[in-house]
Amino acid sequence: MTEPIIQARQVEKYYAQSRDARIQVIAPTDLAIFPGEIVALLGPSGSGKSTLLRMLSGLSRPTGGSVLWHGRDLSSTEINVSIVFQSFALFPWLTVLENVEAPLKARGMEAHARYRRSLRILDTVGLDGFEAAYPKELSGGMRQRVGFARALVVEPEVLFMDEPFSALDVLTADNLRSELLELWQKKTIPTQAIFLVTHNIEEAVLLADRIIVLGRNPGHVRTDFKVALTHPRERKNAAFTALVDYIYKVLTRPDVAPAEMPVLEDGRRVRDQRQMRYEMLPHARPGGIAGLLELIIDLGGRTDIYRLADELAFEIDDLFPIVEAAQLLGFLKVEEGDAVITPEGKTYAESEILKQKELFRKAAVDHVLLLRQITRALANKSDHSVSEEFFLDLLDEQFSDEECANQLSTAINWGRYAELFDWDDARRRFIYHEHEGEEAPVPAPEQAG
Amino acid sequence: MRPRLTLSRALVAERTWPFFIDVSVAAALLAGFYAILWIAKFWFSSAIPEVEIYRSPSHLPLYAFYSLVRIFVAYALSLLFAVAYGYTAAYNKRLESLMIAVLDILQSIPVLSFLPGVMLAMMSLFPSRQLGIEFGAILLIFTGEVWNMAFSFYTSLKSIPRELMEACTINRFSRWQRLFQLELPFGAIGLIWNSIVSVANGWFFLMVCEMFPVGSRNFRLPGLGSYLQTAASNGDFVAVTWGLLTMVLIIVLADQVLWRPLIAWSDKFKFENVESSNRVTSPVLDALRNSRVVGVINRYTFRPLVERVYRDLAQRRRNKKPRSERKEASKVTTAIYLVVAAVALVAIGILAFHAVLLLKDIHRREFLSLLGGAGLTFARVNAALLIGSLWTIPVGVAIGFNPRLSHIAQPVAQIAASFPATALFPLILVALMRLGLGLGIGSVALMLLAAQWYILFNVIAGAQAIPSDLREVSALFRFRDVQRWTTVILPGIFPFLITGLITASGGAWNASIVAEYFHLKGQTLATLGLGAQISLASDQANYPVLLAATMIMALMVVTINRLVWRPLYHLAETKYRLD
Repeated sequence: MTEPIIQARQVEKYYAQSRDARIQVIAPTDLAIFPGEIVALLGPSGSGKSTLLRMLSGLSRPTGGSVLWHGRDLSSTEINVSIVFQSFALFPWLTVLENVEAPLKARGMEAHARYRRSLRILDTVGLDGFEAAYPKELSGGMRQRVGFARALVVEPEVLFMDEPFSALDVLTADNLRSELLELWQKKTIPTQAIFLVTHNIEEAVLLADRIIVLGRNPGHVRTDFKVALTHPRERKNAAFTALVDYIYKVLTRPDVAPAEMPVLEDGRRVRDQRQMRYEMLPHARPGGIAGLLELIIDLGGRTDIYRLADELAFEIDDLFPIVEAAQLLGFLKVEEGDAVITPEGKTYAESEILKQKELFRKAAVDHVLLLRQITRALANKSDHSVSEEFFLDLLDEQFSDEECANQLSTAINWGRYAELFDWDDARRRFIYHEHEGEEAPVPAPEQAG
Repeated sequence: MRPRLTLSRALVAERTWPFFIDVSVAAALLAGFYAILWIAKFWFSSAIPEVEIYRSPSHLPLYAFYSLVRIFVAYALSLLFAVAYGYTAAYNKRLESLMIAVLDILQSIPVLSFLPGVMLAMMSLFPSRQLGIEFGAILLIFTGEVWNMAFSFYTSLKSIPRELMEACTINRFSRWQRLFQLELPFGAIGLIWNSIVSVANGWFFLMVCEMFPVGSRNFRLPGLGSYLQTAASNGDFVAVTWGLLTMVLIIVLADQVLWRPLIAWSDKFKFENVESSNRVTSPVLDALRNSRVVGVINRYTFRPLVERVYRDLAQRRRNKKPRSERKEASKVTTAIYLVVAAVALVAIGILAFHAVLLLKDIHRREFLSLLGGAGLTFARVNAALLIGSLWTIPVGVAIGFNPRLSHIAQPVAQIAASFPATALFPLILVALMRLGLGLGIGSVALMLLAAQWYILFNVIAGAQAIPSDLREVSALFRFRDVQRWTTVILPGIFPFLITGLITASGGAWNASIVAEYFHLKGQTLATLGLGAQISLASDQANYPVLLAATMIMALMVVTINRLVWRPLYHLAETKYRLD
């Protein structure tokens, strides 16, 4: 077997919250990138795909474990890698040529050689004649070509790509993908390996020689397999769809047997997010949940999630939170990659709006601890208003600061819809919601905001 | 938090630092005040040769040149300092909160009350007295200019998108390359707009710095400010007119030759990825861009130089020690930091204590009258802001809604805002006295003069920022005037109005020091107020009172900022945000 270019040994990433709590983003993971392969990293949002890419490319240091570059520690060696970014990350004040020249300038290359090399790479990616243009004059697809040119001009040994096509429209993305594949297969570029992070399953199956699927909470490798399909790959091909379907199943299957959690040096065990008290609220809107349920009823109450995504022309990242939210509220069950509507879900979807709100309210209070706590706190406090800070403190033990804010904003969204409480955005406070015909224990405060 | 790109000065920092940092900064300032006085004691009250200021217009070009040089030197220093300060604050986690707290307080402090102390200190530090005054003036202008620029650069650095930083890291940019290709371009627009405000502020202070009395001594620097003051106090209105004309000429020229080309040029640093249609154009910039001479000079001087620098940087990077070795060194740096911090704290403590000891000489009655003065000045500042808002909001909205009108009015407002109100003070005072109005009301007019343009300018920008579909909605549903103002216009311009008011409030407080107390035709005009008390104290070299009055003013400004402007700004940034 050949030597890996990059090898990750038990790399992990966590953020220390306090002495005995920390947030594990990525569980200790082994991973290697070999010459001659395109590796695609798939996973739902929050599985740490980008974090893993940044650790492998040396942008961020792992909190544990080590990353080796040709067998030597990555942080102390000069490595030759590039990244193509999702947002292109071009400098808008530099011309296309200057953007591409910048990395060579950083390496101290002589002006004339730099100029020639840059023109050649611009020619390769099809930007001939655009040297003097500024990125803002170009379309998204052309901008990402500049991104590719800038990454390839240093002739990287490993080319990292962080969702490089997801900011582009479907046709442009398709076009760019096949051009990249052509450069790679004809060995026009001296790149040894490509590492692609994506949330688009088809994209992974189209491009990759090897696919790694990550699970989340914390991020860990669910499966790592080779793709033996020959190029060019056809989307309609049975083997292709079978593979796509398989990956959907892996992604939607509830995690079997929680991975063994690492033990800290002093013998304490890292807490697994799944064993924590608060459920992770998927960031979906109530309207989306109702819409999804109605669609499933139309499809006979049971449907393949893969088909559902196809039907809606959704990326899984967009669909998953909605499915998970419906699941959390008890409106939906997931069995073997199929979404099955529950009786509660059916009643909910078929009710009129006020009844829907009532059902949602009940389901939310029954299934979501955070919402239950907010309503209780509001009912018990004499002024019927509680500051956001209070709940942020509670969530703080389990989630990162950013995620705390996300969790709270989803809870606010759901709670407002269900009329569980009102929210004063200016003062960042929850306020008791008076239901019609219902007497608040003490006159409720004036509703502001 | 993104700074609004109009004429605004005081940026409002999100509070992220503990209170004790505020206290230490205040202590450090006290210590600084005392240290300045202490140095100033070395300056003997020997007579200085008073520079004769000629009132003949033929001297004006030379005077204007002197003033310009002062402004330029102070601005260049400010720019360098601001970039270095913003950079350090953004990247040094250990110092960040402290440095931002310092900025926040220093930008609220009335610079003019440091005038006498700084002048005396500089004269004792420099052997040639004239040079000392010169440096003192430049130092004061510098302190009036630098903070908003530093703040602007800091916030720009903090808002650079993560992927752009990563692109620099992965491509092994050196710090210099990152500075020139990412950080400076990213901060350029903010820096340019803030430079315009800063230089306007610089002129404001320069007018006062060039000529002022401390005790029986008169400090004079030949320049436009001293020329105007001399002419006005001699009642020579022909000379005053000439002086003002020169000032207008300088401001207009600066606008056309410097600021407009810079604003037009900075359009390429806009970070939005679409081409904007409403661009500032500048014939001067076009001429420079098309000029072959400039191109040739660039090709043979600037570019080869840059090439060499980049090559050397890459070379140096290759020879650098690997990371693991440098980690050892960081422990040593931590230790050094701690020792330096401890020594500095002790020194600050001692000096601050001495400064506070000065205060014990103040009689209780004096102190009460200072508080009374503070109340009066507070009322005047607010009156000025209120009057300013009353006329600028309707006018600004009308201008903002009418593209053709704003095409003409906006540059005019910008120039008016750049014109130092202090240059007009003598003239207006004479007019007020002719009308029989005292300085009590007159000072409000003067503060208004210093403050109103910021409100106008921001209201215009705010009205322009209201999306046209919102205005169409109000037309479609036939909103009445009241409803139109309360639901569309006022909420729409609110963030801009607040930015303008914050800047105007700072301007008015600073103006109070000059506006409430004035020497004219050999006599002293004064009204009761904190500003007058500060001026009087510095006139009589009464340092304890000067210190107390300055402290009161600084405390009031900081408190108002914290209690009024910061919450309003936060509200503007959250509820009334239009995007």
